Amino acid sequence: MSTIYILWLRQIKRYLRSRSRIIGSLGQPILFLVALGFGFGPIFQKAGQGNYIEFLAPGIIAMSILFTAIFSGVEMIWDRQFGFLKETLVAPVSRLNIMIGRVFGGATASVFQGIIVLVISFIAGFRISSVEFIFLSLIFMILISLLFTALGTAIASMLEDFQGFQLIMSFLVMPLFFLSGALFPLEGLPEAMKIVAAVDPLSYGVDGLRFALTGASHFGVGIDFAVLTIITFLLLVAGSFLFSRIEV
Amino acid sequence: MIQVKNLTKKFGDFTAVDNISFNVEKAEIFGFLGPNGAGKSTTIKMLTTLLHPTSGEIEVNGINPLHHQDKVRESFGIVFQDPSLDEELTAYENMNFHAVLYKVPADVRKTRIEELLNFVELWEKKDEFVKNYSGGMKRRLEIARGFLHHPKIIFLDEPTLGLDPQTRNYMWNYINDLNKKEQTTVFFTTHYMEEADRVADRIAVIDHGKIVASGTPEQLKAQTGKDNLEDAFLELTGRKIREEEASGIDRMRMHSKMWRRRR
Repeated sequence: MSTIYILWLRQIKRYLRSRSRIIGSLGQPILFLVALGFGFGPIFQKAGQGNYIEFLAPGIIAMSILFTAIFSGVEMIWDRQFGFLKETLVAPVSRLNIMIGRVFGGATASVFQGIIVLVISFIAGFRISSVEFIFLSLIFMILISLLFTALGTAIASMLEDFQGFQLIMSFLVMPLFFLSGALFPLEGLPEAMKIVAAVDPLSYGVDGLRFALTGASHFGVGIDFAVLTIITFLLLVAGSFLFSRIEV
Repeated sequence: MIQVKNLTKKFGDFTAVDNISFNVEKAEIFGFLGPNGAGKSTTIKMLTTLLHPTSGEIEVNGINPLHHQDKVRESFGIVFQDPSLDEELTAYENMNFHAVLYKVPADVRKTRIEELLNFVELWEKKDEFVKNYSGGMKRRLEIARGFLHHPKIIFLDEPTLGLDPQTRNYMWNYINDLNKKEQTTVFFTTHYMEEADRVADRIAVIDHGKIVASGTPEQLKAQTGKDNLEDAFLELTGRKIREEEASGIDRMRMHSKMWRRRR
């Protein structure tokens, strides 16, 4: 327990101390909200889909969680290069607990980031449909955060340096985001796109979050919850296996 | 306490450690000497569960590190050759992190951290971020951290590199004390021969991944007919200057190439 706590605390401290990173990572969601939200708003309205900001905001929140979470997982490569990973790997505690502490820490930071973006989207004009569901939206933020921090950690366990990082951004993180239904409704898409969206775990995160915040859902909130929980669990198992095999 | 039999480690075509065998007794101070790139750090990494051997057998504290990693890790402490601090944390936070991971009881944690930070004269700078420390200060912090818990075996990989004589002296006194009082087994590497001569009960000399000689410092001197350990060492390993040992990152690259090949 104390292992998990101290590793969690370390991740939190590192996150809170990297102010420039926190502020820097807010630029993108603000840009997306403003440029896409106000840019596509009138067309969206004309197409009879209602208020685009309202549709878009949950997607942008999910996006900022995705980026922060993947990055906190992949941050482990830094620890490897600075040698700190060794310090944790020879400690007399199970690697499973080390991995869990890291993931919880990274996930907490990501949830925090998601809440900041939620507040920003309020300023941009987003309104939640019912206050009771704010708790549900928090649960979905936590699930998305855990899932992608675990994924990032699993990937980082296999990477030795940052050379592969660009590859991950272009071929994993960006597609996860753009194909998830964060930016457009999944209804009426071509069949192929529908299938791709259905295998993208972020789709369920965006959908669950959208339901909690606006009341609209594509897959159904029960399915969203179940899929996210199962994938998170599987990724934690895979991640701890890969983490336990790290050699320095 | 440590038993190694026919231990071999290959990185691709390169054999870093080549079929070595040795024993370290309980409460012994064992010096593991060799030129750069001889295989010292690789051996330590295999003993401390950070690397898997290609072949051979290891027992640390009666436990096989291959099968019971967590158990082995409970029995040793280590000071690494290259840095292993979190630069974004303060010195105190680094110490506390280590103390919690190594289950130092909460009631002695604070006093021991203060005692050790005073010992390496960093107590006044305990709340500064490690990234603002000089190289020597970081080294001292790592030494202090290595002594936070009192393990059965302590591995020191070139611990005195870059330390001033005062700190070095102090450190060896501390280690001698631990060794006498708590029967701690000490396994260390160094390039300072007079240091090895002074503190080691027994020495093994490794070169090109093979152990070329072992025994007490006196035996090694007698065997080579020299009157100091430095000359004995040069006699055993030759005068040719070696390639600098691959840095951590180089080794990582080497390893990642292997990994790709393995798939």
